[in-house]
Amino acid sequence: MPRILRVLFWIAVSVLGALALATIALHRGEQINALWLVVAAVATYAVGYRFYSSFISAKVLALDPLRATPAERLDNGRDFVPTNKWVVFGHHFAAIAGPGPLVGPVLAAQFGYLPGTLWIIAGAVLGGCVQDFVILLFSVRRDGKSLTEMAKSEIGRVGGVVAYVAVLSIIVILLGATALIVVNALKSSPWGTFTIAMTMPIAVLMGVYLRRIRPGKVLETSVLGFVLVLAAIFGGQWVSETPSWAAIFTLTAPTLAILIIVYGFAASSLPVWLLLAPRDYLSTFVKLGTISLLAVGIVALRPSLHMPPLTRFADGSGPVFAGTIFPFAFITIACGAVSGFHSLISSGTTPKLIRREPETRMVGYGGMMAESMVAIMAMIAASVLQPGVYFAVNSPAGIVGQAPEAAATTIRSWGFPVTAAQMASLAHAVGEQTLYNRTGGAPAFAVGMAQIFSNTLGGQAVMALWYHFAIMFEALFILTIIDAGTRVGRFMLQDALGHIWKPLGRTSWYPSILFTSAVIVAAWGNFLWQGIKDPLGGINSLWPLFGICNQLLATVALCVATAIIVKMGRVRYVLVSLVPLCWLVAVTFTASWHKVLDPNPRIGFLAHARQLAAAGANPRLIFNDRLDAAVTGVLVVMVAMILIESGFECMRVISGSKSAATKEAPFVMTSLAMEEQA
Amino acid sequence: MKVKSLPCCARLDSRGRLSLRELFGLIVAVLREIFDESAYQRFLDRGQLQSSARAYEIFMRESEQAKSRRPRCC
Repeated sequence: MPRILRVLFWIAVSVLGALALATIALHRGEQINALWLVVAAVATYAVGYRFYSSFISAKVLALDPLRATPAERLDNGRDFVPTNKWVVFGHHFAAIAGPGPLVGPVLAAQFGYLPGTLWIIAGAVLGGCVQDFVILLFSVRRDGKSLTEMAKSEIGRVGGVVAYVAVLSIIVILLGATALIVVNALKSSPWGTFTIAMTMPIAVLMGVYLRRIRPGKVLETSVLGFVLVLAAIFGGQWVSETPSWAAIFTLTAPTLAILIIVYGFAASSLPVWLLLAPRDYLSTFVKLGTISLLAVGIVALRPSLHMPPLTRFADGSGPVFAGTIFPFAFITIACGAVSGFHSLISSGTTPKLIRREPETRMVGYGGMMAESMVAIMAMIAASVLQPGVYFAVNSPAGIVGQAPEAAATTIRSWGFPVTAAQMASLAHAVGEQTLYNRTGGAPAFAVGMAQIFSNTLGGQAVMALWYHFAIMFEALFILTIIDAGTRVGRFMLQDALGHIWKPLGRTSWYPSILFTSAVIVAAWGNFLWQGIKDPLGGINSLWPLFGICNQLLATVALCVATAIIVKMGRVRYVLVSLVPLCWLVAVTFTASWHKVLDPNPRIGFLAHARQLAAAGANPRLIFNDRLDAAVTGVLVVMVAMILIESGFECMRVISGSKSAATKEAPFVMTSLAMEEQA
Repeated sequence: MKVKSLPCCARLDSRGRLSLRELFGLIVAVLREIFDESAYQRFLDRGQLQSSARAYEIFMRESEQAKSRRPRCC
């Protein structure tokens, strides 16, 4: 394309993006079309990718197409395999896409669609994409080293220990919080519970089929599993309409919690091929399909957003979770804009597949843009709901009351029209007994998604099927994370305990497997139990705690990135990672301060503990609040230590008292460039 | 180099378009990588083995540690 046309094209994209952003930011008192959000996001991502990531590639990282990557140098056909960049992109996206970008934006929609949308777009382009990109490249230049190893070698011992503790904490809290989302989605829902229960024998069947009948035919097996899951969704309708069966699958929150805890323990101890691997394949298959379907649905239907751009809950009195926009919108959105967890993927499997250094830009920066787009779709799914319905679904009984009429009256008093009859009709339409008090974001997302899907395909008659398809998708997704996360946590614990007593470090020794699985399950099970007993719905405590952990991990990753950029002698470009780092420090430290010390019992853990103590509540509830405060405090102190250590390291390099040497693998000329030319 | 054997190197034609066939091939290649079919094929190629229940069992055992330690993102 001639240069003048290119310039005009990018001017047009920028103007379109600015127009869309102005539309979503400035419209008040009238509904806007969801496509404005999509256009604003796509145009901003396009400009960010074309110009900002290009600047980072050329000036900050100096990507070298002639430098051989570890995939080429260490090619063993197993972990290290030079792979086509589109294939790595798909692989990377499938690995980073989790429930966070679906749940976080739905919860943050209580502030209105505007704060969350702006943060998802800006946070991704300037923070999340940058983090994923630079960590991926730095890992590629260090033979695929993990974030923990890089923190240790580039910052110091404290960096390594903090990264390890942060990763383990985030896994435990993530599992507790996401398990709570499943419990809240499935309680008193025989249809949903039956469907999810059926995914377990389906996964085992897939495992046996894959191992004995059609070895290695994973795609074929996943399609078969998907067909069986669809049959289970239809079967669930029959179960819910048959009183004797419905009674069996109508479970309370504590019963579901116990079942999930038992499942987590069993899944962590069973052979990978039997349950974990097939579930993982099935979940990935459903995940990729559903996200694509949702994107098509939004573009085809172009729904209007009923949620206002800003709600009255910007003042911090929100029923879904308490706290003001700063810092809680940022903590809640978490993975949709910046995710610390991505740095583990960017320094895990992905760097071992990268064929050429310049491809890290598309995979790292571009992969996070795709993830952020998923968050925008979740925000749309929540915002197409009538606000009254959104708050009725997401508000805990402790805030709006148990009785339908009382809850509807409370929500109407906030200025969001909704009636008990409307909620009963909606519950009937989606095949549920009730939709009140379903905190956690998943049911609200499912209702929004069902609304979009049913208007695109099948009409209102199939809304219940779409709703349960969405619930199945989220629950399957989350249960896969629970079994995989428990196993990852178990391995991390075994690695650490192996330093104390060698047999505990042996990953195939069954007593060690059972002991460490029990420890990890007990840790996240405690948070889950705390969530279901919490009169404020659990999510009010657990999701911010998870968000804080996640963003603290991103802080660690950006600390590592900043230290390496300084050591590379590119201090003049350090703002690329330093600005998002400072922002995350401000957000996470402020949020942590509020969650621990805020005098409002709905926000501060210690204030809530004092309130419970004064009311003579169960000591266990008081202990839970103090535990949450302690976990937050310890993490903040540890991250402060890594900040100080990396700050000193950078100062020593800048002042010249230490040589600016990074721990990169030596340069080796690639042979791929010549092969491609030939 | 392994990359040469991957059926996924979609190229643009002289008008800068990606043919549907190549696009389909690319999508299949991405899915095969995500679902470990390519990894299994590489395992078979490496050991010069035929696909069988026994070969798949060995492949699964070999990749079990890596698969178990791979974090799932939030």
